[in-house]
Amino acid sequence: MSTLMQEMSAKALELGVPLSVQVDLTYRCNERCVHCYLDHDDHGEMSTSEVKNLLDELASAGVLFLTLSGGEILLRKDFFQILEYARELTFCVKLKTNAILIRAAEAERIRSLNVDSIQVSIYSHRAEVHDAITKVPGSLKRSLDAIRFLKSYGLKAIVADVLMRQNAQDYPEVRMLAAELGAEFTLDPTITPKMDSNRSILGLNVSGEALQRVFRDESLIGNVEEFCAPPAKADEEALEALPCSAGHTACYVSPYGDVYPCVQFPMPSGNVRHTRFLDIWRHSHALKEVRSIRLRDLPTCSACAHVTACTRCPGLAYMEGNMRGPSLQDCEKSFARTGIPSTNLLSQAASLHGLVQIQASSPQSSVV
Amino acid sequence: MSSKVYVTRSPTVAARKLGDETMIMSGLDSTLFTLDEVATIIWEAADGSKRLEEIVDSKICTEFEVERGKALLDAEALVEGLAGHGILQLSNEPLTSPISSRKADP
Repeated sequence: MSTLMQEMSAKALELGVPLSVQVDLTYRCNERCVHCYLDHDDHGEMSTSEVKNLLDELASAGVLFLTLSGGEILLRKDFFQILEYARELTFCVKLKTNAILIRAAEAERIRSLNVDSIQVSIYSHRAEVHDAITKVPGSLKRSLDAIRFLKSYGLKAIVADVLMRQNAQDYPEVRMLAAELGAEFTLDPTITPKMDSNRSILGLNVSGEALQRVFRDESLIGNVEEFCAPPAKADEEALEALPCSAGHTACYVSPYGDVYPCVQFPMPSGNVRHTRFLDIWRHSHALKEVRSIRLRDLPTCSACAHVTACTRCPGLAYMEGNMRGPSLQDCEKSFARTGIPSTNLLSQAASLHGLVQIQASSPQSSVV
Repeated sequence: MSSKVYVTRSPTVAARKLGDETMIMSGLDSTLFTLDEVATIIWEAADGSKRLEEIVDSKICTEFEVERGKALLDAEALVEGLAGHGILQLSNEPLTSPISSRKADP
């Protein structure tokens, strides 16, 4: 993050301004990705006028960075109407899409509306792997063609890869593919539970060994020694830090108008169909509770060696049952990165002591 | 560069007021800029219907204790710089600003 962006974020935090909001326009999708956390049925999406009203409210609340995502955003017939309105309100608009409905005409329209960036999910350079993940034959080719259309119109495209067991070894080639296309590349090593906290898809997460390989890939990480260094001891000042920006300068709105601190933090905080966005943002008890939490308030994590360097996601912790608790997936990432088990992992291993004797190959037993 | 030019906000940018400042993201290269309080006043007034000197006279000289000649020179430099980044458009004729200038709720 640039220094100026840091300054603006700090000022937004001080003023209580939601600088960044993600709005999912629909959960409907034309792909059926094996790792997706959404229910794709339509349970009553906001209408065009409701979305436009929301955008008015977000602009008035001071939102600059607006991410439009889904589901597949282009399945909404009014997508370009919404996008055009968002740009009239001078949002910096970022799109997340599988792009398979983007052809030259759509790319040209997106260009004409001065969208900041378009993030497209690509899971492998191999069609058989990518298409098996999306469950749509031909989807890799269509997504790549779309990126080419977008680039031909001078747009900023971002290739987003999600690491899972099916594609764990493919990310270097996806990264090269992104470079060939002139696109940026991001890699997310975490499969998240479904929005209803169903954890059945977590088995798709890559192994600890695969994570270790990723975290030691110099071409991806940069300075591996620094990245994988043991955590520094946390001082009192460090423990006053916020867990993340969710609910502080960022939040999320679902296609049904539900407001959450983050797309990955589905804690009901209000609904814009009943309450003005700014009233939810300022007065929601849920958001106030999220905002009250500092690292020192986390009962397990505040005593953990990783506390200040951990990527702990409060949303994942919330979906594990306690937003002040640890997020096991982030504990595993900290361990894969540094080789030092977190307080939570040690505690879990201790509680499984009796089982380790008869389940010697369980993941927990390999931690200690 | 003359203070006789008409100035208007570019339709390519993203912008939002944050406190007394304005954050602007260039549509050309996603560079982030911030405008201070005075520059924000010029930005908000730049709807293409007024010459720069009219904006300075009506919005700056009336609000701040500043000598008109210096205010005009500073405004010209600011506007020229912003135009160079594609944030403002300059014209010898009146223009219609295609984008709004929206403030955050207090």
